Amino acid sequence: MKYWLKRNTLLWAGLIALTYLLLHILIALGIINNVYQTVLMTIGINIILAVSLNLIIGVTGQFSLGHAGFMVIGAYSCGVILKHVTAGLAGVFVGIAIGILISAAVALIVAIPTLRLKGDYLAIATLGFGEIIRIVILNMEITNGAAGLILPKAVSWQMIFWAVVICTVIIVNFGTSAHGRACISVREDEIAAEAMGINTTQYKILAFVIGAMIASVAGALYAGAFYVIKPDMFTYSKSIDILVLVVFGGMGSITGSFISSVLVSILNTALQQFSSIRMIVYGLALVAIMVFRPSGLLGRKEFTFSGLMKKLDQKKGAAS
Amino acid sequence: MSVLKVTGLTKNFGGLSAVSNVNMEIEQGELIGLIGPNGAGKTTLFNLLTGVYEPSEGTIELNVDGIMTSIGSKKPYVISKLGVSRTFQNIRLFKELTVLDNVRIAMHQSVKTSVLSSILRLPSFYQEEAELEKRARELLKTVNLEEHADDLAKNLPYGKQRRLEIARALATDPKVLFLDEPAAGMNPQETSELTQLIHEIKEKVHLTIILIEHDMSLVMSICERIYVLDYGRCIAKGTPDQIKTNKRVIEAYLGEDASC
Repeated sequence: MKYWLKRNTLLWAGLIALTYLLLHILIALGIINNVYQTVLMTIGINIILAVSLNLIIGVTGQFSLGHAGFMVIGAYSCGVILKHVTAGLAGVFVGIAIGILISAAVALIVAIPTLRLKGDYLAIATLGFGEIIRIVILNMEITNGAAGLILPKAVSWQMIFWAVVICTVIIVNFGTSAHGRACISVREDEIAAEAMGINTTQYKILAFVIGAMIASVAGALYAGAFYVIKPDMFTYSKSIDILVLVVFGGMGSITGSFISSVLVSILNTALQQFSSIRMIVYGLALVAIMVFRPSGLLGRKEFTFSGLMKKLDQKKGAAS
Repeated sequence: MSVLKVTGLTKNFGGLSAVSNVNMEIEQGELIGLIGPNGAGKTTLFNLLTGVYEPSEGTIELNVDGIMTSIGSKKPYVISKLGVSRTFQNIRLFKELTVLDNVRIAMHQSVKTSVLSSILRLPSFYQEEAELEKRARELLKTVNLEEHADDLAKNLPYGKQRRLEIARALATDPKVLFLDEPAAGMNPQETSELTQLIHEIKEKVHLTIILIEHDMSLVMSICERIYVLDYGRCIAKGTPDQIKTNKRVIEAYLGEDASC
């Protein structure tokens, strides 16, 4: 058993290193130019957002529509630090840390009353809270109100890459532990989970707070990577964009969130040249997915190396 | 000393009294049957005893380490931690999860690894996971489900789902186990296997079991004492033989004329 776990870790580390190297080579060769690098960073940030929302919606089954609210906290924490305190890498790290702390505190305040609600009610309550957070920022002086902040670039694609790796590892490790299973049991059947000794309220809050903290990291990276942040970039429609990524990939599947973030970000960029029909095509693509794959691209499946080995073995067995 | 003591327990839903003034006293290691016609309030009583509902009146006391502790207004997960577990009338498994995970989740109260060390995957995490899995597989063996460990719960045949619910309830390491119609929908073969299973687990862990059941041959054959509910009231209690000949019980089941 232990042998397997270790081999699994090694395989994953290898895959991550290989991807990193490949990206470096493609950039050095000029195949990924500056425009594509921006797409690459968008993909990374979308992955972090999708994976963190997936923990709340897909794993724990709590329908939150306020995720952009936590992203905006991260974005402005980092933005204010970069603007007023210190620019550069140090500023980004301090900004991320402050963003995590604030969003954890806010998530806790939001979670305690709202997570008593279920389904549609919870969605509407979190949507409202997301908007409240944005409007508070809109009316603060340090955030420069509706005009937003213009920032120096401080985040490279490499940094986003490693942030994606770290955030995903945190969520996957949490999700596959006893605590993660407790969250899943809340999604599956709250009454049964409670009867089996699981403090369902505590786990709902925990998942919500972890998800919010990681969303704020995505926001902070966004502020450092894309020069401008304005409150109207983080309205509830941003929350819905993130929700689309999760639903599209499959609720509860982290692999699905990765695939959908890549596909949707590329689709969005590709359609930018045809801005008049962009939303139509985008909408149609979503409708098609929901018609043909109602539970998202992957449903609840995950890519694992042990699963891959099993499949290969089966194929070998079938061939011989 | 009794393990569970219920005094004057009442639950009103608006004007309807689903359970009214029920008294019970259950000794350690007893196997109790709870019977009554449909709508008599049996499941409501279970829900009160396991914390799903809060009683309107009356007290529920559980023996916790020798001290009778009131559990009437405690939350279900707290009551579960104090040693009360249950199954559900309409099976409530974690359907999309494997049989093994269903049991492992119920072992949650014994989990000591913190969230942080789970995320960092410290050695204590691997150690505990291995231990949980070992215990879960052992438990599945006692209910004869070990070969289904990696199947999804929803893919099990009905009788095995019922057995898995019992295994999951046992995984919380209870002192008192409530079974809500464990034999509902089972064929005679499955029912007799279930009867044997209930006997086995009772002997093995010296458990106190209280079960609701409509299958009278099962109730009469295994229960040591029986409580009869009708319209929320406890109309009779006693040994199976006493219950079989009790006039009020026959009236409740068959109507007044049948008794004469």
